[in-house]
Amino acid sequence: MTELPLIGEAIAVAAEPRLAGAKIGVVTFPGTLDDRDAARAVRLAGGTAVPLWHADTNLGDVDAVVIPGGFSYGDYLRAGAIARFAPLMSKIIDAANSDAKLPVLGICNGFQILTESHLLPGSMIKNDHLKFMCRDQVLRVENSNTAWTLDYEAGQEITVPLKNQDGQYIANEKVLDALEAEGRVVFRYVGFNPNGSRRDIAGISNAAGNVVGLMPHPEHAVEAGFGPQSLDGVGSSDTDGLGFFTSVLNKIVGGSK
Amino acid sequence: MPRIVVDVMPKPEILDPQGKAIVGALPRLGFTSFSSVRQGKRFELTVDGEVTDAILAQAREAAETLLSNPVIEDVVNVEVVEA
Repeated sequence: MTELPLIGEAIAVAAEPRLAGAKIGVVTFPGTLDDRDAARAVRLAGGTAVPLWHADTNLGDVDAVVIPGGFSYGDYLRAGAIARFAPLMSKIIDAANSDAKLPVLGICNGFQILTESHLLPGSMIKNDHLKFMCRDQVLRVENSNTAWTLDYEAGQEITVPLKNQDGQYIANEKVLDALEAEGRVVFRYVGFNPNGSRRDIAGISNAAGNVVGLMPHPEHAVEAGFGPQSLDGVGSSDTDGLGFFTSVLNKIVGGSK
Repeated sequence: MPRIVVDVMPKPEILDPQGKAIVGALPRLGFTSFSSVRQGKRFELTVDGEVTDAILAQAREAAETLLSNPVIEDVVNVEVVEA
């Protein structure tokens, strides 16, 4: 499926044809909001987006999976709690834990689903200030060796939108110490902690680095003219989120670093 | 019909932002005797017929797996209430 840019010639990068063979599944639950943006991000990065439905009982032949943001099941019970038991989730959990180490990215509500699934440790509770927050957020990439961050440099600062109400990442001190020691804190909030997350953590990975979850939204920062403008005039751009998708696509086709 | 009541509370060591907001609002209504509020959840599971030990065990398992998240919450009570 070809995707026309919304404005002129404003595709941020010339997508490499060799990436088109990589298939990234994008899961839709009842109440998911950002599945179309996530699929668009996959296409703009050069890959092929495959829509997946929560009630599906197999993953088809996808090479990676994005669990996008939104309010699956209206956030009833706890954010992500009911989605976690959807038929497709058990397949994703098995594939993520298998020797094949299916790359899985959970964004916002997708991150909440991954913690509820125990693919990632800890949990999210309501923002410490109790308000829904929507802003352009600076993040520091702490680990550039995960399946989803290979195209970044460790220490690189990126700006992507953040929008959530239950975004306060918490875990006990022992888990937090282990995450730090094992380099599994993948993203940290820079300059401002928007929700009270422990140790400014914005995103983490599993031990193998194939499963990554974060609260901010890289899929909303993939196209010039439609992402966050540079907050400080240097170092950031509208397309800082594109690297998530090019990272995994390059890894799948066997390129990149 | 009997119901099984399950009570879930945020873990004591976890800040409860909702409880904090409520304790802040109480004095505005003149309720000045309460120094802390924690907000939890109550679930009522209706059973068609008698609550057997097996059904109660199922309710306990459901409480630990779906109704609560052990990372942030404790199941503080599971009891049978006759209608």
